[in-house]
Amino acid sequence: MTAPSSEPSAPPSSGPSAEPLLAVRGLVKEFPIRAGLFRRTVGAVQAVSGVSFDLHRGETLGLVGESGCGKSTTGRAVMRLIPATAGSVVFDGVDVQRAGSSALRALRRRMQIVFQDPYASLNPRMTVQAIVSEPLRIHGGWSDGGAERVRDLLDLVGLRPEHANRFPHEFSGGQRQRIGIARALALDPDLLVLDEPVSALDVSIQAGVVNLLEDIQDELGLAYLFIAHDLSVVRHISDRVGVMYLGKIVELGTADELYDQPAHPYTQALLSAVPLPDPRKQRERQRIVLEGDPPNPAHPPSGCRFRTRCWRKLELEADGVDTSACSEIDPLLSADEVGHEVACHFPKVRVMV
Amino acid sequence: MTAVAAGSGTGAADLPAPPEAPPRSQWQLFRRRFLHHKLAVFGLIVIVILYVLVFGASFWVPNDPLEQDVLLGTQPPSGEHWFGTDQLGRDYFARVIYAGQISLKIGLAVAIISTVVGALAGAIAGFFGGLVDQILMRVTDLFLIVPAIAILAIALKKFGGTDIVIILVLAGLGWMSIARVVRGQVLSVKEKEFVEAARAIGASNGRIIFRHILPNCIGPIVVNATLAIAIAIVTESTLSFLGFGVQKPDTSWGNMLYDAKGNVRFDEHLLYFPGLFILITVLCVNFVGDGLRDAFDPQSRR
Repeated sequence: MTAPSSEPSAPPSSGPSAEPLLAVRGLVKEFPIRAGLFRRTVGAVQAVSGVSFDLHRGETLGLVGESGCGKSTTGRAVMRLIPATAGSVVFDGVDVQRAGSSALRALRRRMQIVFQDPYASLNPRMTVQAIVSEPLRIHGGWSDGGAERVRDLLDLVGLRPEHANRFPHEFSGGQRQRIGIARALALDPDLLVLDEPVSALDVSIQAGVVNLLEDIQDELGLAYLFIAHDLSVVRHISDRVGVMYLGKIVELGTADELYDQPAHPYTQALLSAVPLPDPRKQRERQRIVLEGDPPNPAHPPSGCRFRTRCWRKLELEADGVDTSACSEIDPLLSADEVGHEVACHFPKVRVMV
Repeated sequence: MTAVAAGSGTGAADLPAPPEAPPRSQWQLFRRRFLHHKLAVFGLIVIVILYVLVFGASFWVPNDPLEQDVLLGTQPPSGEHWFGTDQLGRDYFARVIYAGQISLKIGLAVAIISTVVGALAGAIAGFFGGLVDQILMRVTDLFLIVPAIAILAIALKKFGGTDIVIILVLAGLGWMSIARVVRGQVLSVKEKEFVEAARAIGASNGRIIFRHILPNCIGPIVVNATLAIAIAIVTESTLSFLGFGVQKPDTSWGNMLYDAKGNVRFDEHLLYFPGLFILITVLCVNFVGDGLRDAFDPQSRR
């Protein structure tokens, strides 16, 4: 609908200076709203509206945000599991959105995805062996030591060779997620999109899978796009973190910058809601409670999308500051004010406990 | 296979291996689940026996089904004629067995063809959606509203009443219900995440349809296929009665059933025997279908 308003040519990232493995620029995904007898398009839900980021080899970028903010859609659009409406995704010099079918097949070898729900993402009629070996059968390499490879993969994710003959329903959620990871690793990819890989798992299992992902990254040098809503998991695993709100990245920085010195009021509100392990600190800590629900993404607010729920805007207005920019100008991601990228007209670092 | 694993020498392989169950192949699991289904096994045995007896009829049936003895006329079952004789004095037992050749052949062939055609049409329509779906489903509707008997009459007049023509016409009239059922299933299965996962690893549409979607629709397909056998045998009976089906001197069970209709008050046995055979066949086929459906489902605990 509206042109992606923020299109930084090269976000100043803290990663290595080399060419990024994945460069996303102005990514937009709209889902049409159809209504009436003839299913005319009467509007569009902007799931993702102008997301840009870089991801370097071996790096982990976390994407966080509440439900419906477009983080999973971003992951799927990066993989081209759904076509993007606008913007570009360049993976190692190849434009993913415009790749022909053979180029896309080649890309699929190098970028893989792990899904949120380990119960839905494994075909219940296939054995683990068949599931993990399928990428090899599709891309060749099955006849050439494929069985060996499957055994190594199962070993890598902590499953036993004899598990290969079983069906997904014979496993627990954590084990199933390991199967999903083994499948994604079968082709030795460079990038793994992890779409809330631990959200569906029991808390006691989450740590095991997160540690497994870290070990695999150390061993294979993969880049991760880690999508989640659990802030502490994201901090633990990510080098850099992007916070999304209503289809846009509102703050992007290294994990330490973002968690210790958040500058965007939304990030600050999110972080203030993370439970602290120390009950005394937890009691003393000041929580920022956001009013209302996220706006309807079919009709996002003008200017800054967060302004309808922004607590800082209210504070500033109480102090007599003119906040008309908030409703008129869409803030761009900029690192000028606080040292890491923030999309806010009035960014202010707030040191978090 | 497992012996090699120890050689790879990494992680789990170093641990003391627990007493390991021999690897189960999918076929073994399938067979075991099927064999646990007692009724299905019973049904399968009956059907196999039926097929062997019917198609081996010339080796063991003592009487010629076409040999007439008009003076004898209709007789009730006796030691000489196990199922009695019909109006022309022909041995009814021999006639029932030989008629089975046509009924069973038509039933099986029609079920196979209509299931394959219907499953393919439904899968393609459901998977691709949009215009493809519209076209295929309108074609399906078209076949559903066509008056079957008119089509049959035309086809038989044009190509003659051979088995092939009857099978093709019956299959052509029977695939629509399977297509609709499969389409509905595919619509729900294709939204599952494992289909997206298959796409993410680069699987082609054909692979997704045949390896991921259709195997997850196997339950309704098998149930419909067994129903199709039953329906084909019964429909063929109807058509035979109207003179469009199997042409004399060939006979099918349906054919005999309707021939016997006029005698129902005096010679009930003429009605019972072919009817009994239809009943047994249809029932047993349904048992087998039930067992197959459960056996195909890896989550079934039987």
